[in-house]
Amino acid sequence: MSNNPAMHLADNIGHKDIKVEPIRAGFGRGLEEAGRRDERVVALCADLTDSTKMGAFAKAFPERFTQIGIGEQNLVTVGAGMAAMGRIPFVSSYAAFSPGRNWEQIRTTIALNDQPVKIIGSHAGVSVGPDGATHQMLEDMAIMRVMPNMIVLAPGDSVEAEKATLALANNGKPSYMRLAREGTPVFTTVNTPFEIGKAYVMREGTDVTLIGTGTMTYQCLVAAKILAGDGVSAEVLHVPTIKPLDAKTILASARKTGLVVTAEEAQAAGGLGGAVSELLGSELPTPVRRVGMQDRFGESGDPDELLKVFGLTGTHIAMHAHEMIDKFRS
Amino acid sequence: MAYTISQLEAKANAIRQDIIKMLEHAGSGHSAGPLDLTDIFTALYFAVMKHDPKNPDWEERDILILSNGHTVPVRYATMANAGYFDRKELMTLRKYGSRLQGHPERTKLPGMETTSGPLGSGLSQAAGMARALQMAQNHTRWVYCVTGDGELDEGNIWEGAMFAAKYNLHNLIAIVDRNNIQIDGNTEDVMPLEDLRAKWEAFGWHVLEIDGHNIESIIDACSMARAIVEKPTVIIAHTIPGKGVPFMEYDYHWHGAPPNSEQAKEALQKLRTLNGKIRGEHE
Repeated sequence: MSNNPAMHLADNIGHKDIKVEPIRAGFGRGLEEAGRRDERVVALCADLTDSTKMGAFAKAFPERFTQIGIGEQNLVTVGAGMAAMGRIPFVSSYAAFSPGRNWEQIRTTIALNDQPVKIIGSHAGVSVGPDGATHQMLEDMAIMRVMPNMIVLAPGDSVEAEKATLALANNGKPSYMRLAREGTPVFTTVNTPFEIGKAYVMREGTDVTLIGTGTMTYQCLVAAKILAGDGVSAEVLHVPTIKPLDAKTILASARKTGLVVTAEEAQAAGGLGGAVSELLGSELPTPVRRVGMQDRFGESGDPDELLKVFGLTGTHIAMHAHEMIDKFRS
Repeated sequence: MAYTISQLEAKANAIRQDIIKMLEHAGSGHSAGPLDLTDIFTALYFAVMKHDPKNPDWEERDILILSNGHTVPVRYATMANAGYFDRKELMTLRKYGSRLQGHPERTKLPGMETTSGPLGSGLSQAAGMARALQMAQNHTRWVYCVTGDGELDEGNIWEGAMFAAKYNLHNLIAIVDRNNIQIDGNTEDVMPLEDLRAKWEAFGWHVLEIDGHNIESIIDACSMARAIVEKPTVIIAHTIPGKGVPFMEYDYHWHGAPPNSEQAKEALQKLRTLNGKIRGEHE
C-alpha cells in the first residue's frame, strides 16, 4: 500500500523534510507565465498585490496590470468589463473580501453574464492564523459552488496552483480559485496530472476513501500513512475541482470502499463535503464524515496550532476514519 | 443616414408608444424610467453611437451599458425601432422563453452589452471596457453608460467613478437619468444626492448638465463629452419621470408599475396627440 505511481507524487510525504511553500506562490508563477503566453491575460488587484502574489506579473507586464485600490465590488465589475472586451482578467484579493464582499456583483456581471473572469481568493482557511476570524475565509467554497456557471478550484499545493492558473487562462469560463496564505507541503510534482474537472486517486485503498481538497489533501495522505500502520487500507482522492465535480472517480472509489471521509479547510457544510454528500446521497448512499469547520468561525492563533484545535490534521482525519469503520463495520 | 431633430422627436414618440404597449401587455414592469429615458436612447441609437443593427457584434461599434437594468423596455423598444429585431417581439417582454427578459441579459439578446438589474455595477463595467480600449490604444470607440439617479446610492458607483478618474478614461461617457425619483419616493427624501454636480466634480469628472428631453442638447452634450480628453465626462440629464404621459409625469408611484388597459389607452392617446396639441390619427 503506497501512493499511486501514476500520480508522480513527492517521495517524502509525511516526512519533516518535505518542501513547504505557500500555494499562492504557485499562482504568482502561473500568472506570470500565463501573461507571457497570452497577451489577452490581464491582472487586477485590490491593494494586495504582493500578498496575493501578483507582483511578478505587475512587474513583467505593467501595462496589463490595473490597481483598483480597496474596492472589491469595483475589482470584479471592472474585470467583467475587461472580459467583455476580449481580455482574460485575473482579479485577486483575500477570499474574505472577494468573493466574500462582492458576491452579488460576481453573480450578475460574471456568472449570469458569462464573462470569463478569474476570481482569485487568497488567504482562505484558518491557517491564515493570527489575523483572526475576520480574515479566515471559510464560506467561499459554499457560496461559490452554488452559483450556476461558475468553476470552483482549490489546488492542493503551489505546484498544482501553477498548473491550475495556466488552465484557468484557457478555460473560457467564469472561475473561482482559492489559495492559502501559509506554507503547504509540496506533495505533487511537475509530472503530476492536472486538468480542471478531474479528481485524482493519489493512493489506492480498499477500506475507506479519504477525499481532500486544497491544503487538506496532503493531510489525507498523512492520514492514509497513519492508517496503514494501523492495518487500514485508505484510498485518497484529491479533488482540486469542486465544481464541476468528478462524479465518476468519486463514485468508483465509494463503491469500492463503502465509507467516505471528506476534508477541507472550510465550513464542512456546503463545500467539498456538501458536494460529495449530495452526489452519494442520490447516486450511491454511503456514510460520509465531513471534516472541516463545524459551523463556527476561526480565531487568532498560530496556524499549526489552529489546525490542531479545529481538527484539521492528518491525525484527526485518521481518527475519523477509525470511528467510521467502528461505527459501520462492527 | 442622418435624421433631423423633428424626425428624431417623431421616433421618440413612436418608441414611447411601444413602451406603453409592451408594458401593458407584460402586465408588470417599470413605466417612469423608460419613458423619461426615451429621448436619450433615441439620440444615442439614431444620432450618437456608431453601431450596426445587422451586425450587433461589429468590432468597431460604440458600447452602451445600461446600468439601471429595470429601465430596459426603452432599450428593447429603441433597438427594435432601430432594426435589431422585429417590433412584434416587443410583446414577448417578461414572458417565458422571451429574449426580452424583465431585466436585460447579455447572453439572450445580441446587442445587449451586459446583464444588469441589481443596481450600481454598470459604471464599473463600462470603466473596465474603457480601460481595455485604452490598453489597446484604441481611440475610435466610445463607451456610454446610462445610470439612474437613485442607483447613485450604491457604493459601487463611486468606486467606479474614482477608478475612471484615476486612469483618465475620457473614452467613457456616463449619463445620469436625473429624474429625482426612486421606488420609495423622491431621491432627496430617500437619500439625498445633492450637491450632485459637486460630487462628480470632486471625484474628478467633467460635468455637463442638460435637459434630458431636448434631443439636440443630448447630441451636443455627447459631442462635447467626446471632445474632452482631460477627464471622463458625466452628463447629468434632467428628466421628467413618466415623460409624455401626463398622468404618469412626476409621480414616483409609476416607478415600478405598468399601465392597465384603460391607462394604456389613455397614455397612447396622449402620446399620439402630443397631449391634445394635435388631432390623433385615429380620432
